[in-house]
Amino acid sequence: MQLLKNPNFDFLRWKWQAIALSVVVILAGLGMIATTGLPLGIDFSGGTLIVVQFEQPVTEEQVRNAVDPLPGEEVVQQYGEAAERRILIRLPQVEEAVEGNSLEQASASVEAALQKAGLPKFAIVNRELVSAVIGRDLQLRGIYAMVASLAAITIYIGIRFRFSFAVGAIVATFHDVLVTLAFLKFFDYELSLNVVAAILTITGYSVNDTIVIFDRVRENLRARRREPLDKVVNESVNQTLSRTIITAGTTFLAVLAIFLFGGEALAGFSFTMLVGIVSGTYSTIFIASALAIILSGAKARTAAATASSGDAVQSGRKQKRARAS
Amino acid sequence: MKNIRWRILLIAVVIGLSIWSFYPPEQKVKLGLDLKGGVHLVLRVHTDDALRVETETTVERLRESLQRAGVQFAKAEVVSPTEFRVEGIQDDAGFRAAAADAETTYDRSSDAGGYTYRMKPNIEIQLRDQTVTQALETIERRVNELGVAEPVVARYSGADQILVQLPGVEDVRRAKEIIRSTAQLKLTLVEQGPFTTREAALQAYNNNVPSDIEILPGRQEGTGTAGTAGTVFYAVRRAAAVTGRDLRNAQQSLDEFNRPAVQFSLKQDAAARFGNFTQANIGRPMAIVLDNRVMSVATIQSRITDSGQITGISREEMLDTVITLKSGALPASMDYLEERTVGPSLGAESIRAGFFSSLAGLGFVVLFMVFYYKLTGFNAVISIVTNLIILLGLMAFMGSVMTLPGIAGFILTIGMGVDSNVLIFERIREELATGRGVRAAVNAGFDRVWWTIVDTHVSSLIAALLLLQFGTSTIRGFAVTLIIGLLSNVFTAVFVSRTAFELVLSRRQTAAQTLSI
Repeated sequence: MQLLKNPNFDFLRWKWQAIALSVVVILAGLGMIATTGLPLGIDFSGGTLIVVQFEQPVTEEQVRNAVDPLPGEEVVQQYGEAAERRILIRLPQVEEAVEGNSLEQASASVEAALQKAGLPKFAIVNRELVSAVIGRDLQLRGIYAMVASLAAITIYIGIRFRFSFAVGAIVATFHDVLVTLAFLKFFDYELSLNVVAAILTITGYSVNDTIVIFDRVRENLRARRREPLDKVVNESVNQTLSRTIITAGTTFLAVLAIFLFGGEALAGFSFTMLVGIVSGTYSTIFIASALAIILSGAKARTAAATASSGDAVQSGRKQKRARAS
Repeated sequence: MKNIRWRILLIAVVIGLSIWSFYPPEQKVKLGLDLKGGVHLVLRVHTDDALRVETETTVERLRESLQRAGVQFAKAEVVSPTEFRVEGIQDDAGFRAAAADAETTYDRSSDAGGYTYRMKPNIEIQLRDQTVTQALETIERRVNELGVAEPVVARYSGADQILVQLPGVEDVRRAKEIIRSTAQLKLTLVEQGPFTTREAALQAYNNNVPSDIEILPGRQEGTGTAGTAGTVFYAVRRAAAVTGRDLRNAQQSLDEFNRPAVQFSLKQDAAARFGNFTQANIGRPMAIVLDNRVMSVATIQSRITDSGQITGISREEMLDTVITLKSGALPASMDYLEERTVGPSLGAESIRAGFFSSLAGLGFVVLFMVFYYKLTGFNAVISIVTNLIILLGLMAFMGSVMTLPGIAGFILTIGMGVDSNVLIFERIREELATGRGVRAAVNAGFDRVWWTIVDTHVSSLIAALLLLQFGTSTIRGFAVTLIIGLLSNVFTAVFVSRTAFELVLSRRQTAAQTLSI
């Protein structure tokens, strides 16, 4: 069975439209983030998060009324299926108290408030207390991990491929990170540690796709020096199209299984992965190669010129031999 | 043919070792807190406490040696945890001689009023570090007393932070109490008291308590057990003659009226110091202070060198005190910066959900590969399943922890396996389409794709390695799973899958004309 028989789509014809679409999505996302901020999860903002399981069904409204008198703005929402009777309560980080059990105070006051309101019996199944110190620390680490990972991948691709390709790949990866952030904002997901882990995974994943196409471009360039670069690139995208779609499709469905059945704890993580996979595939096909061509365009119109420019890095013994001959 | 035998043998050995390493999984694969239930705590050690104690002790010793040398001074007081100040010195040369001892650890600077001593920076760093190490060791001993299986006690990101993970602990509150109880023991002189109220105690100093005196609550002597006892207040010297750090041992004992007591003994150097201290203060009352509460007050009858007794406590208090004193006092107080508690029921559900979704993902991938690549699809299935087996085996072997995001890591590893296999298979199909023979197409498929696989794996590894720096165990679990999965995938997608191809091709008598792909 074969999904696509000798596909021959002219992807590069759509490059400007594709870039425009990406720019619109990213700007919309960044605009929303700039105005209303990216909701930070408890890992980064600090605060108190409690998941309470009630013995009898209660409504979010009842719980909200019960904890309303507490200082700060509380978030109350159902956690998981309604039948599980679990409610998530989140309190913001209050001023860092001087000493003592300050971390526990918010959690204790929630328990007291729930008891006072005469709600059914409950047990705490999950409790996360994060102080501002840890929140700030994790924020810094998150930013550092993001920057370092992008930088390291750029360097690696820069070594393995020629510069314009490295830029194309890394811009595509940035693109995926930004699109993912935009979608997190559109769907109101919080930026938690798990989500950051997913975004980092996406950077690795997105580069993968791009590398596969670029490897093929490099190989094709050696065989067909006379042809225009954009034609070779477009053909390479088509040659690897089956692989791109099958890999993205299977990974997407596998992650979809986590999103659907993995429970509340992995929802943000798997949502991020899903967006990242789609965006990664899209950017690989439409953005990365288009950028690589645009960037090399000014200098080299044909494959002959670029291939002989000497910076097309050899890969593998076979190719080395090919170059030597 | 011989070559293939060796390859198959190698693969069989790897699979065998992996299964041996993780079987039975419920014993061999370690579960993270999010799956097992338990608590993750980050504590901050207030290293300032230990520095202040050091400075106070130094000032106290300086006062004594000044007195002994007969040097007059107006004031000697602690200014900050690392600084103290001496003012109104009459005989400078005499003072300098007496202060020589303090100057080994403090830098002196002079001004019009007197001298300010500041702890030497290297000593300060060393002392802070020592304090955290000591706290860590103490917590370790206490956690062991709690009887938790496979606890983690380690330094955390900040210089003064300690990570404690207690899997399966249900009474989190009690665990937190025991870990944090400073068990700070202090033997010090009572200046005045007892007073019936704190106000009365303050009154005695006209509401202006000198900086070297503190008012502490204590139990009224001679009344019953804890709780029923009335509270009284003592004015005691801040600087201790002996602290918990000087303790050699503590054990259960009885006082002369057969009531529960805790007997403790001192280390050698502390014993000598305590001997001098008691000798100099015979006839004065001395308080035994535990965690800023006066436990008992006794008049010093004679020179005491190496042991003492805490009396007037209940049986439970005796047991707790022995445990905390024995495990060593914490050199400084601590507070909690982070606490994540997962109830065991939620963890069990997460395991089920994670297991089910992985299985669904794997099942889907298997069906797709076999449907899309026909018989060759089984090669991919073999290599993916082998990869999962090696991944589990290595995780069990290395003792790395399986977490909920780690389960997602398994699914992504399946994804990576699919990716590499599809890459190879698509290439073989292309080569076949150009009219190459089956063997040539298979060889070309693997050879051409090899560097692509290396590149993709390296870039994914870079991202995964950077995830490792997050201290949270769940994220580390994810990163470790990804890293092992990526490494073993190179082996399975290339070596195992290729061997499967070779096996199929070598079975045919004549040169293969067709391939089920």
